[in-house]
Amino acid sequence: MFTVASLLVVAAMATTLVRAVRGPTPYDRILAVNVHGTMTVLLIALGGFLTDRPDFLDLSLVYALLNFVGTLAALRFFRHGHLGEEP
Amino acid sequence: MERLHIVLLIALMIALALALVRMRNLLAIAILSGVYSLLLAAVYTLLDAVDVAFTEAAVGAGITLTLMLAALSLTTRRETRPGGRAARRVLGLAVAFAAGAALVYASFDMPALGDAAAPIHNHVADRYIAEGPRDTGVPNIVTAVLASYRGYDTLGEVTVIFTAGIGVIALLWRWRRDEP
Repeated sequence: MFTVASLLVVAAMATTLVRAVRGPTPYDRILAVNVHGTMTVLLIALGGFLTDRPDFLDLSLVYALLNFVGTLAALRFFRHGHLGEEP
Repeated sequence: MERLHIVLLIALMIALALALVRMRNLLAIAILSGVYSLLLAAVYTLLDAVDVAFTEAAVGAGITLTLMLAALSLTTRRETRPGGRAARRVLGLAVAFAAGAALVYASFDMPALGDAAAPIHNHVADRYIAEGPRDTGVPNIVTAVLASYRGYDTLGEVTVIFTAGIGVIALLWRWRRDEP
């Protein structure tokens, strides 16, 4: 069951990658990359159960936080054109 | 069964790398190289190299993406098409393939993943476990290896981190003073 679920997650990762590479607007890419990050978190969580060692579940939590920070940085860049404070 | 996942993820990485080579939008390339790092981190996790995966995700997908975006705010967002004669590009391709082939060839000599007879499991680990408490007087084996057996190595690492910290502090303080 975990095998099927994680393979489907890998397939979902492939589809989001297609959108991230082709996506005409930057927002398509941002959204696709964010969903891709979520899929990676899911894959790592499922991978723990797949190998009968769910000890690394907290690792996926940290990935989720990283994903959030990356998306925030990218969105801030789009809004202001830079990452620092307004002069 | 996770071997199939690893193969699929690496296939995704190859496809993504080929797509990245053809793209000219630097912003999209910066974001997608973060995705590449995340895929690599997932592969590392499935290979049980959790600490490596952690570093890859934090540095590759987190810090590098942020630094790249900061660098892009100082430059242009599109890459110009690479010029040069075709012969030069073919030469570059040949060098890249030769280096890749050498790495793959070298990997054939590696012991199988998780092999109990691999040198890394037999070289000095037994000695550390047996003699560590008597040699160093430290009850924790990890601490004994890091602080005593590899003491000079750890000292060098700490020196590097200390120097980097001083560099960052010097740069940022200079920045603050120049502001009105």
